[in-house]
Amino acid sequence: MAIKGILGTKLGMTQVFNDAGQIVPVTVVQAGPCVVTAVRTPDTDGYSAVQLGYGEIDPRKVTKPVSGVFRKAGVTPRRYLAELRTDDASEYTLGEEVTAEVFASGQRVDVTGKSKGKGTAGVMKRHGFRGLGAAHGTQRKHRSPGSIGACATPARVFKGLRMAGRMGGVRTTVQSLRVHSVDAERGLLLIKGAVPGPSGRVVLVRTAARTPTGGDA
Amino acid sequence: MHTAIAEIEQAQTRPDIPGFRPGDTLRVHVRVTEGNRSRIQVFQGVVIRRQGSGARETFTVRKVSYGVGVERTFPVHSPSIDHIEPVTRGRVRRAKLYYLRELRGKAARIKERRDHTGS
Repeated sequence: MAIKGILGTKLGMTQVFNDAGQIVPVTVVQAGPCVVTAVRTPDTDGYSAVQLGYGEIDPRKVTKPVSGVFRKAGVTPRRYLAELRTDDASEYTLGEEVTAEVFASGQRVDVTGKSKGKGTAGVMKRHGFRGLGAAHGTQRKHRSPGSIGACATPARVFKGLRMAGRMGGVRTTVQSLRVHSVDAERGLLLIKGAVPGPSGRVVLVRTAARTPTGGDA
Repeated sequence: MHTAIAEIEQAQTRPDIPGFRPGDTLRVHVRVTEGNRSRIQVFQGVVIRRQGSGARETFTVRKVSYGVGVERTFPVHSPSIDHIEPVTRGRVRRAKLYYLRELRGKAARIKERRDHTGS
């Protein structure tokens, strides 16, 4: 499948009116401009993909191995690199610019980014546990997980049991968001709904992997 | 707020909306779509609050219809508002007139605001 994609910066959320006069919550993404820094082909790499570069960086800060990528593509160094697996990689050329216009309004997209760090979080926030009762004699245990297993059999706690711990700050994808509109002039994408991460963090927007079966996402 | 977002919001705002305050009585002409037909419905009442800022600002109009209090909240810059017609300006000492909900009839009246400059 021909997957389109672009790297961008999440600028924040706002709301806009649609044609019916309804309010639509949108995330504004500064998408691109990106450059094609490498093209992967099945002959040389065993798979088909394009590598995109995005963001300014002082060329002195780029390590020698990475700067070789940019030299080969004949472009100035970029801060972020991401690979996009797509079957039509051969249609891209090195150094080609990718802008927000790869998407059209109404299209479905997946948005990948690093979520906001939540620090150490309890089981209710981290895993959606329901906690213990508010009354009926519960003492100082309202948000605790309850039992974490049986007693002498198995005499241990199972691996992977969901407990409190570090939450957030991981790569997250939100699927099938609708592109509300594209501002080609300023390179902005208005995507309906929320995307991972705080404002100012880099996100990858690409064609949705699947389409929802019903309702408006 | 990022300047690009501020610009998007600025583009949404409607300069044709008149200034009004809580306590004022307005006739809000609302576009109502029924099937394929669109008509204009008037909602007249007292503004009991304005909330938010920029393109996200909303206001609430309260009226008493057949003895039942009805409140409608509109985005100030909503395209479904055809136009707003100020009826009277009220003199009130609060920004949020929630106390009107407990009052009926004569007690729920609002004094008219007079300009000190005179007109």
